[in-house]
Amino acid sequence: MARRSGSILSRLLANPPPSPFTAPTRSITYMPRPGDGAPRTVTLIPGDGIGPLVTGAVEQVMEAMHAPVHFERYEVRGNMRKVPEEVIESVKRNKVCLKGGLATPVGGGVSSLNMQLRKELDIFASLVNCINVPGLVTRHENVDIVVIRENTEGEYSGLEHEVVPGVVESLKVITKFCSERIARYAFEYAYLNNRKKVTAVHKANIMKLADGLFLESCREVAKNYPAITYNEIIVDNCCMQLVAKPEQFDVMVTPNLYGNLVANTAAGIAGGTGVMPGGNVGAEHAIFEQGASAGNVGNDKMVEQKKANPVALLLSSAMMLRHLRFPTFADRLETAVKQVIQEGKWRTKDLGGDCTTQEVVDAIEMASNSDARPLPKFGDWDVNDPATAEGFTVIFSKAGEDKKTGRSTSKTTSQRKQDAKPAVKKWLCFTFS
Amino acid sequence: MSRQSLSLLKNLGRITSRSGIQTRSVTYMPRPGDGKPRPVTLIPGDGIGPLVTNAVEQVMEAMHAPVYFEPFDVHGDMKSLPEGLLESIKKNKVCLKGGLKTPVGGGVSSLNVNLRKELDLFASLVNCFNLPGLASRHENVDIVVIRENTEGEYAGLEHEVVPGVVESLKVITKFCSERIAKYAFEYAYLNNRKKVTAVHKANIMKLADGLFLESCQEVAKKYPSIAYNEIIVDNCCMQLVARPEQFDVMVTPNLYGNLVANTAAGIAGGTGVMPGGNVGADYAVFEQGASAGNVGKDTTEEQKNANPVALLLSSAMMLRHLQFPSFADRLETSVKRVIAEGKCRTEDLGGNSTTQEVVDAVIANLD
Repeated sequence: MARRSGSILSRLLANPPPSPFTAPTRSITYMPRPGDGAPRTVTLIPGDGIGPLVTGAVEQVMEAMHAPVHFERYEVRGNMRKVPEEVIESVKRNKVCLKGGLATPVGGGVSSLNMQLRKELDIFASLVNCINVPGLVTRHENVDIVVIRENTEGEYSGLEHEVVPGVVESLKVITKFCSERIARYAFEYAYLNNRKKVTAVHKANIMKLADGLFLESCREVAKNYPAITYNEIIVDNCCMQLVAKPEQFDVMVTPNLYGNLVANTAAGIAGGTGVMPGGNVGAEHAIFEQGASAGNVGNDKMVEQKKANPVALLLSSAMMLRHLRFPTFADRLETAVKQVIQEGKWRTKDLGGDCTTQEVVDAIEMASNSDARPLPKFGDWDVNDPATAEGFTVIFSKAGEDKKTGRSTSKTTSQRKQDAKPAVKKWLCFTFS
Repeated sequence: MSRQSLSLLKNLGRITSRSGIQTRSVTYMPRPGDGKPRPVTLIPGDGIGPLVTNAVEQVMEAMHAPVYFEPFDVHGDMKSLPEGLLESIKKNKVCLKGGLKTPVGGGVSSLNVNLRKELDLFASLVNCFNLPGLASRHENVDIVVIRENTEGEYAGLEHEVVPGVVESLKVITKFCSERIAKYAFEYAYLNNRKKVTAVHKANIMKLADGLFLESCQEVAKKYPSIAYNEIIVDNCCMQLVARPEQFDVMVTPNLYGNLVANTAAGIAGGTGVMPGGNVGADYAVFEQGASAGNVGKDTTEEQKNANPVALLLSSAMMLRHLQFPSFADRLETSVKRVIAEGKCRTEDLGGNSTTQEVVDAVIANLD
């Protein structure tokens, strides 16, 4: 009997003490269709600057979770003339892409590859969810804003010309077609996600025809959704209201430029662009990247010290997993990330900590694998009461055995680098179809 | 002698006892004839405009400031500015106005913008700073946003190419970009500011904002003691709400300036308290700093609890512009005292006083 209690004790002691954030796993079982477990291929564009660092983080976590996702990696740099053909083909084939930032050079010559990708694949809606993360203290509370931004036209048409030397005209194009579909997407999003209000952001008192057209489209679509409140706000007042009373906003639909600014402001008030998830979606394809400020590739110091914040891209990849119909994996990933942020021990510089990307990734991997047994800290048992040490002995010997047989689930960095085999080989229960 | 020392003591007590706000102890030496009253064109405007401009008139009278107002009735839905208005401003050189409500939608163009273009008021200036006594979520905010006022996205040139497709022109010229950059650096130099930041989106709008940036860079070379850097507007918005203390003077084209000014005003305490003005080579128009076209809601107008602080601080800037610096100091000190005491605050600052109560408090606090 003492032997049994020993193993019971060890199991009890092996489970980590309940953290203050009781991360409730969702208790709904998803019933997949037969064949849904087939691994999906996703195009991966690491990008420039901190891009490779954070996409590497996503790859590691996906592997640790054994998610049925397989990445096709393509090297694209921001200073290329255009996105390589093969990348576009790959995205058209896979329908889903995950990317880091591409640094667009300031000044003439090269147009933005981020923009080019969105236009070619007609990915017309960009979505950023700016929400207070529990455990992350910010100056603003009760922030839960989704910014839906038109992605293809507006000020970003890229049509500029120099009329005479010293005078430049830049065209802002607004069409009914694009305004209508982004409005429809916004209301559909609100309807599907049980959101109560959609706010259109505009500057139609000055740009009467252009933003007026945008507003008309929004109003028409609003009539089809009588249960959702619709209102309009001028963009300068909007910026001010965002920093004064952000709780009044729910879903915001905006043209291209205003959406960029509003999304960045909203991300800033809710905790920073390093943690907000987001994605771009079109009728046929979807690209997931860091929510706001997606073209931001960090500064050189961040790249050298490897201290970029991987949270935003990890949460966006959770959105991607849902998009690919793997909701359980998405839930596990999100819960793990939120737990790590809540505990507050592993935070990168932009959240006030000093960890490297790798440390955050390790913490998340640990949190996401519920069957991993963490090693206990020394000094946790009462020296005067030998009974408390019994459980630990069992754990130590078990851990020692695991190491010998090489079956341990938690790896060191060197081990991880060694077995950089294709993930396919590790999955025994999935088959390619 | 004791009589003298008594009054001296009383004066000392009075100055330091009012919530610690010190009056400036510099004496200004005017030129003979400087005390002559100056006429200023006054445009009450729409909505809360008449309420707040009236507040300024009352305070000016109470101070016996050498300023008298020539009011003109202008409303936002007029087709164009009334006849005598432009002449009056050209004669007086200075104007104080409340907001003009621009109707949304086609037909009438913005009279606020018209006024600025006709008088070529190319620089708009908003000073966003934390007021002592007014708690806000951000500390150490002291940002001046200098915004190009005449071109950019506000050119008003739009046309419908085919039904359902509209083009809107954003015009950037070297001439305008250069002069706004020169103004910004000059402002920084004269006001002992350390850094000028140019806000742009030149990674996307390469030619247009690229031209703006080039002009800023050229002017920056002439002011080597002032630090100059550039920031992309989306990152800027995020930095403003995360770490506003990194910004000092910001120079921007028209649209970004509008948004950045409103954001900065919001983080520092709200658009109801930030002073600002528009200035050109020959004329100056003073109005509420950020969100100047905002004429308030109907309830604010009915209950008469619009915040007069922004326009009062802007009229203090106007008094300095008219070379009446001691009146300007008195007015500013009084307004800051009222805010620091916190007893008389309108709704947007968390209190429930009416405009008139705030005005009375300011008048009572004048020395």
